[in-house]
Amino acid sequence: MATVNDVVVKIATVNGTGSASANGLLMKSIFRMGIPVVGKNYFPSNIQGLPTWYEIRVTGDGYQSRSDRVDIMVAMNAQTYARDLADVSSGGWLLYDSTWPRHKQLDRDDVTVLGVPLSRMCNENFDGARARILMKNIAYVGVVAALLDIDLDIITTLLEETFADKKHLVDSNMKAIRLGYDYARENFVCPLACKVEAMDGTSGHIVIDGNTAAGLGCMYAGATVGAWYPITPSTSLMDAFRSFCSRYRTDPKTGERTYCIIQAEDELAAIGMVLGAAWNGARSFTPTSGPGISLMSEFIGFAYYAEIPAVIFNVQRTGPSTGMPTRTQQSDILSCAYASHGDTRHVLLFPKDPKECFEMAQSAFDYAERLQTPVIVMSDLDIGMNDWMVPDFEFDENVVRDRGKVLSAEQLEEMEKFYRYMDVDGDGIPYRTLPGVHPKGSYFTRGSGHTRHGAYTEDSAAYQDVVDRLLVKWETARQTLPEAEFEVSRFNKAGLLTIGSGDGACVEARDRLAAQKINLDYCRVRAFPFSDAVKEFIDQHEVVYVVEQNRDAQLRSLLLLDAGVDPAKLVPLLHYNGMPLNAGFVVDRVLEEVARGRAA
Amino acid sequence: MSYIGKPKVAHPKMPKNDLGLTARDYEGTVSTLCAGCGHDSVTAAIVQAVFELNIEPHMLAKMSGIGCSSKTPAYFVSGAHGFNSVHGRMPSVTTGANAANRSLMYIGVSGDGDSLSIGAGQFVHAIRRNLNMCYIIENNGVYGLTKGQFSASADIGSKPKKGEPNQQEPIDPVSTALSLGATYIARSFSGDKEQLVPLIQGALLHEGFSLVDVISPCVTFNDHEGSTKSYAHTRQFYHHVVDADFVPPAEEIKAAYAKGSAMPVELHDGSKIVLRKVDEQYDPTSRASAFKYLRERFNAGEITTGLLYMDESRQEMHDLMGNTRTPMCQLPLESLNPGAGELKKILNRYR
Ligand SMILES: Cc1ncc(C[n+]2csc(CCOP(=O)(O)OP(=O)(O)O)c2C)c(N)n1
Ligand code: SF4
Ligand SMILES: [Mg+2]
Repeated sequence: MATVNDVVVKIATVNGTGSASANGLLMKSIFRMGIPVVGKNYFPSNIQGLPTWYEIRVTGDGYQSRSDRVDIMVAMNAQTYARDLADVSSGGWLLYDSTWPRHKQLDRDDVTVLGVPLSRMCNENFDGARARILMKNIAYVGVVAALLDIDLDIITTLLEETFADKKHLVDSNMKAIRLGYDYARENFVCPLACKVEAMDGTSGHIVIDGNTAAGLGCMYAGATVGAWYPITPSTSLMDAFRSFCSRYRTDPKTGERTYCIIQAEDELAAIGMVLGAAWNGARSFTPTSGPGISLMSEFIGFAYYAEIPAVIFNVQRTGPSTGMPTRTQQSDILSCAYASHGDTRHVLLFPKDPKECFEMAQSAFDYAERLQTPVIVMSDLDIGMNDWMVPDFEFDENVVRDRGKVLSAEQLEEMEKFYRYMDVDGDGIPYRTLPGVHPKGSYFTRGSGHTRHGAYTEDSAAYQDVVDRLLVKWETARQTLPEAEFEVSRFNKAGLLTIGSGDGACVEARDRLAAQKINLDYCRVRAFPFSDAVKEFIDQHEVVYVVEQNRDAQLRSLLLLDAGVDPAKLVPLLHYNGMPLNAGFVVDRVLEEVARGRAA
Repeated sequence: MSYIGKPKVAHPKMPKNDLGLTARDYEGTVSTLCAGCGHDSVTAAIVQAVFELNIEPHMLAKMSGIGCSSKTPAYFVSGAHGFNSVHGRMPSVTTGANAANRSLMYIGVSGDGDSLSIGAGQFVHAIRRNLNMCYIIENNGVYGLTKGQFSASADIGSKPKKGEPNQQEPIDPVSTALSLGATYIARSFSGDKEQLVPLIQGALLHEGFSLVDVISPCVTFNDHEGSTKSYAHTRQFYHHVVDADFVPPAEEIKAAYAKGSAMPVELHDGSKIVLRKVDEQYDPTSRASAFKYLRERFNAGEITTGLLYMDESRQEMHDLMGNTRTPMCQLPLESLNPGAGELKKILNRYR
């Protein structure tokens, strides 16, 4: 079937061979042609020598999730050849390096195999072992460009931008690309039946990963203290913050920095540093992943009870334990919502893509300071480390950020006496002071039992007074946090509900189901505690399919616990194999449920 | 036990410091520790040290972990801000607090359990960063608050109240700090206020990490015969090797020192510490010789005390990073982003 701007190219390589830049080049060139793209990187927890895949989905319709098919497989890794061939959708193509013979017995008669002697061409044209390997990977870009009809001028421009003042690198890369391009044009019918065509679908958009976006957001939020311990897939968040700060937060004359990044000895220390800094009034944050959250739990509970703002980015990966560090999941929902011993609960934000990572990186500090409590931004590997095409970020310089209830020296001067944990305004949020501001502001911060006046206590009533007031604050949080996104029609009996990176697949699944006359309403939750509107959405439908990326239906459990909805209504749709969610999974599962007689 | 306010009636004749405050003004709530606990004497020494240094109470941050020792920040300088964190994690909280506001003075109080077991990692790394703080370990060889288990500072052969003597090597905070490059290292005894007060004062004013390891007997669980952290044992075996006199910024060194033994060191604020060598052979500016000396005396069963090592030349955490002198928490938020126009330019890199 001939298609335009609807094709999936999957590239199988070995990590550490420079394929990442080749794949990025391919994706960017399609984006520059004005065609929406999705890029997904499936990489091993390893530095060099293991299989890695990159999937480029060209989607003229602008869908955001990965596809469930592979039209063109670029099989550059002999180790995975068999499974790569098996992955190709019927009617698709497989491209391989024909310098060496391949297993003929693996042939599929529904897949067209295209052999290009990439190694031989590169060996003849380039010197040095390393250069030959790198160029072989660049050469397949040329083959794919010819097969799909990607504009070579755009590729040249991109190379020129990348290697700004290294013309020889532009030339050698272009030479390799041309080798592949010309070979394909001479030996195959180019372009293939599925090809790309310039369109106007990307203006006002960028291609960026969520960690870079969050790091940028932290810089724009005015964060000054960042403490962290490296862990995949969160590491690049602090890398991004550091690189933006070194550019924009370093005095050009004196070299003085207005940011302080501390690589902590472990996550226990990282969160301790965040609390110390926040207690002193700095916007401070830590990026981490599941294992880090486990280590931070004691302090997260401390921050809840002593009421200290803290911003934590949990870029979730596949658990339990070390799990699969380079695969994605949404499996820390419960452990974050209730991190720590005792009665604790924490504010969670669920960004759906890098744009929301940028926005929520900023609002997370506002909520943390307003609510005087930890706020955990629940990103995941799919959002954090993959390139997403998203609308341009916006920043309104006139917006005054919310620093919460912090008493100034003047306010303290006027006061008779300051008490730390009094609910003066009835919203459950007390006033706080910052050390060093005014003698009347001093108080003793503790995680042990305390009264509303901030004094140590073991008195039942005085203890209970404070923990009950924290529940009032929780209700304030419910009213304050970002509202969910809804798409509701009066006629639908069933709804789809998801969070974060589940959005793209759900949006696409709704379209595909609608084409089969199955119409579902939609709710994308953006924060915990859940708003009243989320509860109403569930109450108003007969069935709500809860789509999430973990085995134990953690979001569903949280909805039952916090929103008090009818369990019979919530049908779990669970995807937890470590790969990003795709629409096909959602469609199939909904159809199964409908076939069993559930409402649609 | 609940919060007991202490009436602050100062006798009119009580001496006042430069801020017009009396020592009373530097006290805290009434201690709830056991009568005779060494920690209470350390609290008293801190009160005197801070009073004499004319520190504005609200410019002092009192940091601690968990333990009997870690409770004590409630018992001194109630006008200061306190942060009683979680067990073993005071160093990280202080690191973050200092990262945000370098203009405050930080005093951390910890125990041997808090610092040498659960918190050993954080203790070590605060030293490595040369965090600008005064770090006091109230060292009693046991976990007081959990009723007397041995801590990692218990000496070989030290006897518990019940059970077998300790057989494991002790972790000595002083030689640990020395090997890690701490820039101010002192040891003292809770029962020797005269020695302790100037050591704390120097530690507070030293720019960088200052450790004051104070042998502070636990009368309830580790003060019996056969314990090496008892009052009796400490009194018998402790030796001053280098004493320190603290001289405030504007003052002259008045005391007459024996020739060759006095060594004045100027601190960053212009005040001076005069090191008085009791033992002529000791060199408190050489890590190698200090280490050798300490090990030798330790093997001989002696407890070496005084200002054991000092290095005023090393930069503290912020200066090592090249950070602004303005406390991070005082930078206006608006000044911390390059604006909407620059965002557009940044985004162009992602097209
Ligand atoms: C995570 C954690 N584990 C265990 C405890 C129990 N605990 C409280 S204090 C303490 C030991 C304190 O010993 P040390 O620091 O030497 O203080 P001391 O009481 O001797 O002054 C322990 C184990 C705790 N509070 N937190
Ligand atoms: S148990 Fe020991 S350390 Fe704790 S207060 Fe009593 S004497 Fe002091
Ligand atoms: Mg102890």
